[in-house]
Amino acid sequence: MDDVLLLSRIQFALTIMFHYLFPPLSIGLGAIMVLMEGIYLRTGDLVYHNMTRFWSRVFAVNFAVGVATGIVMEFEFGSNWARYSRYVGDVFGSALAAEGIFAFFLESGFLAVLVFGWDRVGKRMHFFATLMVALGSIFSAVWIVVANSWMHTPAGYEVQSVVNPDGAVVTRAVINDFWAMVFNPSSVNRLVHVVLGAFLQGAFFVMSIAAYYVLGGRHLDFAKRSFTVAIVFGGISSVAIALSGHEQGRAVAHNQPAKLAAMEGHFKSGPATLYALGLPDAEHQRVNFGLGIPGGLSFMVHNDFGKSLPGLDRFDPADRPPDKLLPVIFTSYHMMAGIGTLLMLLSLVGLFFRWRGTLFERRWLLRAFVVAVFGPFICNQCGWVAAEVGRQPFIVYPEVTWQDDETPTMNTHGTRPGMRTEHGLSSQHAVGPRQVVQSIVMFSLVYLLLFIVWVHVLNDKIQHGPDPLEPPPSTTSPTGLLQAATANKPAGGESLTRADDSVAIDGGA
Amino acid sequence: MDPVALEPSSLQITWFVLVGVLMAGYAILDGFDLGVGILHLLARDDTERRIFMNSIGPLWDGNEVWLVVFGGALFAAFPKAYAAAFSGFYTGAMALLCALIFRGVSMEFRSKRPWRWWRGAWDLSFCVASTGVSFLFGVVVGDCMQGLPLGPEGDLTQPLTLVDLLLGPAGAPLRGYPLMTGLFAVSTFAMHGSIYLYMKTEGALQARIRRWMWIAYFVFLAIYLIVSGCTVAAFPAATEKFHDYPLLWAVPLLNVLAILNISRAMYSGRPFGAFLSSACVIAAFTFLFGVALFPNLLVSTEDPAYSLTVMNAASTDKTLGIMLVVAGLGLPFVLTYTATIYWVFRGKVQIGGFSY
Repeated sequence: MDDVLLLSRIQFALTIMFHYLFPPLSIGLGAIMVLMEGIYLRTGDLVYHNMTRFWSRVFAVNFAVGVATGIVMEFEFGSNWARYSRYVGDVFGSALAAEGIFAFFLESGFLAVLVFGWDRVGKRMHFFATLMVALGSIFSAVWIVVANSWMHTPAGYEVQSVVNPDGAVVTRAVINDFWAMVFNPSSVNRLVHVVLGAFLQGAFFVMSIAAYYVLGGRHLDFAKRSFTVAIVFGGISSVAIALSGHEQGRAVAHNQPAKLAAMEGHFKSGPATLYALGLPDAEHQRVNFGLGIPGGLSFMVHNDFGKSLPGLDRFDPADRPPDKLLPVIFTSYHMMAGIGTLLMLLSLVGLFFRWRGTLFERRWLLRAFVVAVFGPFICNQCGWVAAEVGRQPFIVYPEVTWQDDETPTMNTHGTRPGMRTEHGLSSQHAVGPRQVVQSIVMFSLVYLLLFIVWVHVLNDKIQHGPDPLEPPPSTTSPTGLLQAATANKPAGGESLTRADDSVAIDGGA
Repeated sequence: MDPVALEPSSLQITWFVLVGVLMAGYAILDGFDLGVGILHLLARDDTERRIFMNSIGPLWDGNEVWLVVFGGALFAAFPKAYAAAFSGFYTGAMALLCALIFRGVSMEFRSKRPWRWWRGAWDLSFCVASTGVSFLFGVVVGDCMQGLPLGPEGDLTQPLTLVDLLLGPAGAPLRGYPLMTGLFAVSTFAMHGSIYLYMKTEGALQARIRRWMWIAYFVFLAIYLIVSGCTVAAFPAATEKFHDYPLLWAVPLLNVLAILNISRAMYSGRPFGAFLSSACVIAAFTFLFGVALFPNLLVSTEDPAYSLTVMNAASTDKTLGIMLVVAGLGLPFVLTYTATIYWVFRGKVQIGGFSY
């Protein structure tokens, strides 16, 4: 059992973390493209048209890898977590189905117009397509975060017993209130945080490439305007995400107190320290190398430095994250919060100098922005690691009740006991350790290849840069004027998708 | 503790039909994409291969969403069947994922570099992945007809090895049947894809595609006759339903007419008519597959009592009702913009500045 459990968790972590490199960038870039194309539609300034075109190519490559790695996730719930799927299908499945119907069709349908339709539809229709792609990508975040939040703070359901043909009784969660399930106590908070994290990802991605161009003295007009759109968008998002993170911390304190204690290394109940640095040491029940504000966490949660917060000692060791995972939870949470704060400061400094008009002369600052693109990637990954590892040892969290505001109880034997992660696995008879190992090896190799190719193609796009300014292609009938319209352009000279072959190349049969 | 009902509720039947519709929609729409991929290496030079990829370029992604939604709907409506199928077909599912990944990224990455080896490698990966996806879908359908060694909990009692996957589990009515249905799926999609390519191309390339289409058609016809014969001989339970509901005979009869109409329409130069007919043929196969299974979703070879049916594998009627509302709200939109996208990208393939 342990083998398959550990292997299945490694497999899930590998595939979900790799997948999650891409969707946040799609969401963020999508929103920024809507801004850029909206400015173009308003002002008619061709630079903004050019900007939308360039970023849409980057978007398309990113989107393709996101889709390819996303299907894996949908298969894995059933393949490795069959018991979990049976338990939550009634609840979780409907969110997943809604995601497909409302989000994926919207995204993938209009993506075709966004990428391939520049010369096939009018500019208003094209803007509409960009808007729909951006909305679709946010919708997909909505439904998957709702489903995931339900696993953290389940609501709107009851537990039902089912008798199997051999007489054994198993339980499953069934919906009794759809809207209570959708708006479970943590969905809105977490959704806002996730989407803002994605916005930051998009903004810092654009700023990084734009700053790189400015430093090299290339595509200056394009780069400076892209940077400006992105820093306004990113600056607002970075402040908003800090506020949302604060809200989120308070919500976790109430909904999952054991998780908060694990995130902050709060071993003994009492006033809790807010750490900036440190490493929890479970054996000695303390945080080594700790640097923080005593009582700071209590203040964050209750506006009172002296207020006691339940520590890990308040929970049965079987009901809280295992000791050996504490450093993972603590570190990932603090990396997210620390790097997130630095990103906020950086974007505020950038906004200040942009306002003063001297940003593009400050090369040190531009260099910082080039490197800062890694920040949101790290934050987004670490945030999810802290959230999901912090939920352990449960895959669906049990009901938490409070006797008074210092004494929480995990009702693991109540009517809503949740589900332990080990009980969510597929049957050992159906899926053995060997199959899981093979799949991990396969995914590692395939994803490594994909990653190398993605970086290579992305680098190629960045080095190539935007196209020289030219009037936007006129709308033509698909069979008629298109040839004439493309005849006076260099072959494949401006597509995502550009076929770098001004010289025809024989693919070889 | 609710006992499992003996008769399916109307919501359960509705969702059985809807899951079938999603499956048929996927097979029809992604079917021609996969068919184009299967034929891809027959294209002679870079220009032809770009025409092939661009014929499906704007569409394949939306078509693949039908599979994602099929999976989501199966998960939501029949969680036990979803769990049993995906854990049971573990090796097959992982291979399928691998193939789907390569199918998608091959198109995206191929055009990014002009190097001959680069494009050649992605061409090969595109063709192998498309063929693999088609074959594996056919194999899984064959395995579902044969049944799986399901235990009382709704899980397999032993892992399905690669040999079992391809030939059917030991003790199955007809060993080797999934292999046949796998090849059948490849030939069906190749035919479907060649008709699609015929519509999207012109000139000498189109004339060559016409030849492939006829070859694909006759290969399809031969395998169709073999698979049909084997199905009738090996799965008497599937045909019994036709005695109980004689009206069902309409479907296989119409199916034969549609198959014949493919050749008639192609012969008289109406490729769109042929395409619609081959879409109907795929829909009919899905329907017959559904009739053969109903009310089962997955048949247990261990004990009929362990089979997963629309009654014992379904979510609650409340959830099925909520999802019906979701589908009712979403589907009109989906159909509207799917139609819009197909309209925007109608006509022959033109390699332009925005192409792959």
